[in-house]
Amino acid sequence: MANTDIIIHDEKDNVGVVVIEKIIPNQDCNCWVMENDSSVQIQSKNEIPLGHKIAMIDFKEGDTIIKYGHDIGRVVKSIKKGEHVHVHNVKTKKW
Amino acid sequence: MEIPKSFLGYKRENKRVGTRNHVIILPVDDISNACAEAVANNIKGTFAIPHAYGRLQFGADLELFFDTMIGTGKNPNVAACVVIGIEPKWTKKIVDAIATTGKPVEGFSIEGAGDIQTIMKASRTAQEFSQWASEKQREECPLSDLWISVKCGESDTTSGMAANPAVGNLMDKLEPLGVHLCFGETSELTGAEKVCATRGATPEASEKFMKTWSDYNDFILKEATNDLSESQPTAGNIAGGLTTIEEKAFGNFQKIGSRTFLDVLTPAEEPKKGPGLYFMDTSSAAGECLTLQAAAGFNIHLFPTGQGNIIGNAIEPVVKLTGNPNTAVNMKEHIDLDVSKILKREMNMNQAGDELIKTTIRAASGRLTCAEVLGHKEFIMTKLFRSA
Repeated sequence: MANTDIIIHDEKDNVGVVVIEKIIPNQDCNCWVMENDSSVQIQSKNEIPLGHKIAMIDFKEGDTIIKYGHDIGRVVKSIKKGEHVHVHNVKTKKW
Repeated sequence: MEIPKSFLGYKRENKRVGTRNHVIILPVDDISNACAEAVANNIKGTFAIPHAYGRLQFGADLELFFDTMIGTGKNPNVAACVVIGIEPKWTKKIVDAIATTGKPVEGFSIEGAGDIQTIMKASRTAQEFSQWASEKQREECPLSDLWISVKCGESDTTSGMAANPAVGNLMDKLEPLGVHLCFGETSELTGAEKVCATRGATPEASEKFMKTWSDYNDFILKEATNDLSESQPTAGNIAGGLTTIEEKAFGNFQKIGSRTFLDVLTPAEEPKKGPGLYFMDTSSAAGECLTLQAAAGFNIHLFPTGQGNIIGNAIEPVVKLTGNPNTAVNMKEHIDLDVSKILKREMNMNQAGDELIKTTIRAASGRLTCAEVLGHKEFIMTKLFRSA
């Protein structure tokens, strides 16, 4: 089994979580989808630390981030596949 | 793994079982803390539970105060209890309610006597209680005598990936054995509230949950002066990769596994519908939540953390687990169980749940938790509004 760099909770998710100390720009990462035990690959664009999210697709402003198969917030600044997803480009729909 | 059938606990007069054998000195109000602490200092084998409230409270806030104080004294982890207040009436109210369990309890009021005379009298009683309790022995008890409360804190994305679902796995395995279970954190289910509501065991439980969540959410929106970005998620959550309250809520929600909840409890309310999972309306601040769960009678607590919360509780042992490999190393002294191998896929959820069951049973049977040996005795009253 190849080392897992990123874990994706649900097959519907459009973000993954970095599970190694950090990934560096242009790193070819192995992603494991927990729900169906499948694997996908992605190339990172940014340095992303442990526990932080990576975009699995391109997003434009107003798009919805899906994690655990559910809506966890809205995109407020466009995000490219492989970029860091966090408070600088995603906000809550609640508060 | 074959789940052990029993643990070693203290059988109490009312048939409940304690995982600890505390003799507590309980001050009724802020100004009685000094007296209670002096008694605890005199008499070894006892400790005081100081707090900030108990004066001029009224209405629902006063009721919650009494429920918290009385529930703390009634908890089976408490073998015996000395209650000290400034005035006799509220002191007696608390003593009489704790006495319904059949455990030794006696009250003292300071007004008209002064601290020194009260300390002397209360110390004599505390000495009797301490020596009486010291002869109690642990006995084999079925797992159904475990009342397990859960709450997570300083969460990060590893919480929703490893530590919280490990608790959920434990719930899935222990609920069929007749264990009482409790989760809370009303505000930290925001974003996952509709999904959580579908877990009500009955339509009434689901409706009650939605009403409880809506009331809390309305209160937050009414009082909020900004977008709550510093409070939910917290700066610690954000450092750990959590971006929104919705993401935090879905991670939080992993703690109940695939269980349904029987009922929605008010803060500090004792569950009355038998074994199974309950939701309690609580703040998401760890000290407040755990104090309410302990006052409802829960006798051991599981606390998953990501970035490293250090909370303990005055009467309920707190078992801490983390899925964050850095926290497991850098804050080792706070972590009872490390499940970070889940991130490397060197441990699966079934194994993590089994390890947590073993750790929980050892702690319930007497092994001191990290929070206990580090001296954490948090007791934080939930205050609903200003006093009169």
